[in-house]
Amino acid sequence: MAMLKVTDLRVNYGVIPALKGISFEVNQGEVIALIGANGAGKTTTLHTVTGLITAASGKIEFEGKDITHTPPHKIVAMGMAHVPEGRRVFPDMTVYQNLMLGAYTRNDPAEKAASLAWVYECFPRLKERAKQMAGTLSGGEQQMLAMGRALMSHPKIILMDEPSMGLSPIYVNEIFTIIETVSSQGTTVLLVEQNAKKALSIADRAYVLETGSITTTGVADDLLHDDAIRKAYLGE
Amino acid sequence: MVSFFTHLINGLSLGSIYAIIAIGYTMVYGIAKMLNFAHGDVIMIGAFMAYTIISTMGLPTPLGIIGAIVICTCLGIVIEKIAYKPLRKAASPLAVLITAIGVSYFLQNSALLIFGSDPKMFTSVVPFQSVTIGSFSIPGTTIVSITVSIILVAALQTFINKTKPGQAMLACSQDRDAASLMGISVNGTITLTFAIGSAMAAIAGVLLCSAYPTLSPTTGAMPGIKAFVAAVFGGIGSIPGAMIGGLVLGVIEILSRAYISSQLSDAIVFSVLIIVLLVKPTGLFGKVIQEKV
Repeated sequence: MAMLKVTDLRVNYGVIPALKGISFEVNQGEVIALIGANGAGKTTTLHTVTGLITAASGKIEFEGKDITHTPPHKIVAMGMAHVPEGRRVFPDMTVYQNLMLGAYTRNDPAEKAASLAWVYECFPRLKERAKQMAGTLSGGEQQMLAMGRALMSHPKIILMDEPSMGLSPIYVNEIFTIIETVSSQGTTVLLVEQNAKKALSIADRAYVLETGSITTTGVADDLLHDDAIRKAYLGE
Repeated sequence: MVSFFTHLINGLSLGSIYAIIAIGYTMVYGIAKMLNFAHGDVIMIGAFMAYTIISTMGLPTPLGIIGAIVICTCLGIVIEKIAYKPLRKAASPLAVLITAIGVSYFLQNSALLIFGSDPKMFTSVVPFQSVTIGSFSIPGTTIVSITVSIILVAALQTFINKTKPGQAMLACSQDRDAASLMGISVNGTITLTFAIGSAMAAIAGVLLCSAYPTLSPTTGAMPGIKAFVAAVFGGIGSIPGAMIGGLVLGVIEILSRAYISSQLSDAIVFSVLIIVLLVKPTGLFGKVIQEKV
């Protein structure tokens, strides 16, 4: 059984269709890449899955439960974390406070401390800056914070929206290394990326989204060597 | 010199009441992103509840204060649920603003219907008249108002910085969607904010009517507007800003009443607001909203 199963999902912005009936599955332990051009509907897909946007029709199931109309805060508690596009850290709170908000749905202090230690291990820079206001961090550091904050909820699946956007190549590599680490620890990953080459290189499978429809799907390695994909998304 | 200090202390006393009201305004604005113009009328309802319990029913004063707080807290929650929540996703922010003005009139007219238009004499809840230090005496209500406002601000700051619901409030004020992705119920947090704001309004109502003992259905209107001015003055959305704004406004009002003109004091208060906003449009502690890529 798929961990996350999306069936014939439709979303409209007013009269304009943003998602025209997409279906995809994410299995336990996989890294799934969702690639596509600007405006293809990648962010809309993630927002609808976590409940920030209401679907017009279709079904979203998480671990067999229908979550199509579940509000975001309840979905987080079920074990799904979402690292939103543009980081969205809380700028006037410290790095530590941001991380603790990530663990908002958890109550056991020992478990929270363990997660914090692990996040600090993955991102030593966050530990150094624990008392600094999140708004004063660099873009790359904010991205690390956004990821660390999502990991603090100890998610079964983590949805990441354009984690490499606007970052320098050094940070991009660091972020992708972390995604691989997170995956190797058993967390399922659904990754939305414009940097298709990077995304396909770490993903197991991928879906290609074009103006609200899924046009191609397959094993990430195959797509990486597919001529049409290379032309359209890898700039070759 | 002695009279100046007396005026200054009276100003701080009135200002601390404005501050308690302004904090309610600023918190609701910071988290629900709306101006609750009915906030001033919740003050009036709080004072009427205390009056009813203490003077009409003859029950002990502490019971009256607690009753006012409980009723106003419930009232704040009900107003939010019935009047504001359905409009949260309205296309125009004016919809909820107009509704707030409507709620304000509804509360004033309900009070008019229930309690009548003739002013009531509110018995001060402060058990002592005044305290004399050296050559000048400080009224009891002044001491209590200042003390209560300090305690409330300290308690609120501790609540916001040290507790989970407090951190949730802070998160919602900065980014509602991101807060919901942390597992925070945004609706629940907004309800909590209205509850706290309205409880503080009840306390402000009791203090205000203890210092200025006439009570009528329009009692809350002017202090409500002035507290709104104080919140804007301090930078709307900022709790320390509302505190400082309230105190400054109270002092300006009392000093201008004492030394310039009692008729012009309100005009002076609003002129100061206009000047501050011309020089610093975000208010004293307001933040310039920046986009960082």
